Amino acid sequence: MSERPELTEDEYRGRTRRSLIVGGVASFAGFRGWRWIQDQPEVDNIPQVLRDGHELNERIWSGLFRDDHQARTFDRSSASILRVNGRVGIRNEIDLDAWRLEVVGPDGDPLGTHTLDDIKALPQYEMTIEHKCIEGWAQITNWGGPRFADFMALYEDQLPDDISHVYLETPDGGYYVSVDIDTMRHDQTLLAHQNLGFPISDRNGAPLRLATPLKYGIKQIKRIGRIQFLTEHGGDYWGERGYDWYAGL
Amino acid sequence: MHWINFPLLLIMIYSGLRIYWAEDVYAFGILGWEWFAFFPDGFYQTLDIERRLARGLAFHFNFAWLFTLNGLAYAIYTWRTGEWREIFPSRQHVKGMVRDVTHTVLHDLHLRKTQPPVRGRYNEAQRFTYSLVLILGALAILSGFAIFKPTQLSALTWLLGDYTSARVIHFTVTIAFVLFFVVHILQVARSGWRNFMSMVTGYELQKRDSSTNEEPADV
Repeated sequence: MSERPELTEDEYRGRTRRSLIVGGVASFAGFRGWRWIQDQPEVDNIPQVLRDGHELNERIWSGLFRDDHQARTFDRSSASILRVNGRVGIRNEIDLDAWRLEVVGPDGDPLGTHTLDDIKALPQYEMTIEHKCIEGWAQITNWGGPRFADFMALYEDQLPDDISHVYLETPDGGYYVSVDIDTMRHDQTLLAHQNLGFPISDRNGAPLRLATPLKYGIKQIKRIGRIQFLTEHGGDYWGERGYDWYAGL
Repeated sequence: MHWINFPLLLIMIYSGLRIYWAEDVYAFGILGWEWFAFFPDGFYQTLDIERRLARGLAFHFNFAWLFTLNGLAYAIYTWRTGEWREIFPSRQHVKGMVRDVTHTVLHDLHLRKTQPPVRGRYNEAQRFTYSLVLILGALAILSGFAIFKPTQLSALTWLLGDYTSARVIHFTVTIAFVLFFVVHILQVARSGWRNFMSMVTGYELQKRDSSTNEEPADV
């Protein structure tokens, strides 16, 4: 087509041959690398090396975590009732009057029990944030309830200093999450009992759920029945099923 | 670095599709009338993509770092060797660019017989396209991080509008990459036997460091 530096026939052949060999070795290495990933033993449903990658990502992003990094907030008028997605752990009926929140220490000792009125007696906050689902959709919604930090303060003198995670599960134990303590103590992490000013609906996690724009929806457990303070991470429903344990935003 | 991109992008697009499929909402439409939904069911079936979101995310978030590092290495390489001058249009090129790019496109579509002018290693259409692809690459990385950590990297997300628009940008860039790839291969293939050979050896074998790429690379 156009003028370009020409090589002699021999040079051209030599270079083609050389790049053929280099390319062959490289693509073989690439293929082996791909097989190597696929053949890795699985840790919580994904190959070990990818799990290691998730953990490296967790170290990077939890290292960069700052209390004053706030998720963007929106005008309340742009918020709507959150779309319902997933019913694991909340399929059975719930008697809201009989509901109690149990709090347990790292070694499993019961520390306390709360009614919804106890939760409502704490300082109340409201936030309009963008809820993000790990599937890709996002929706602006509004949550109301106390900060988890204020709730945790009730137990501060009963807890060791090295609490690193909070484990939360539904009353039937069907759904459960572990969330790092930095996120739990953040201003934008609420124990929500209101969605857009209304009591949270059964399908959206009545009477009390976790609400934080710092994590994907998979971490924002509905219908909390039991909270345990831990010095290492506990179980996590989706983490055990191939997802990133950190799931931070 | 050029060739490392190929398998990396392939993995990124493949795993990205697995993620996108969990919530495939984008469609191309005008005035509310849907022309083409991304993607028809047959598309996923033809490519034999399974619905495995967790695995898609795992690959995507890990290989994103390799793609980013390779991109950085390439940026440093082109800057240190001055090769960027052969790719990005200089001021005197910008002037006649629209005319020359149109000329090249018309020529390639066999609508115009005369050869487009070439100044240096690449002609105007190539300079324009390759610059655009490099910008697209940077945009893919930036919009990716904007979606990945919209709170921690809120400034980046803000620059691209918001979370939703950053996602649309990320998706559009991917489509643009695939379109570029198709035209890129066609252009290489029809630009002469030797060029074709050099591309085939590279293409077939997937990876080749750009330092060994010394054949006339008038691609």
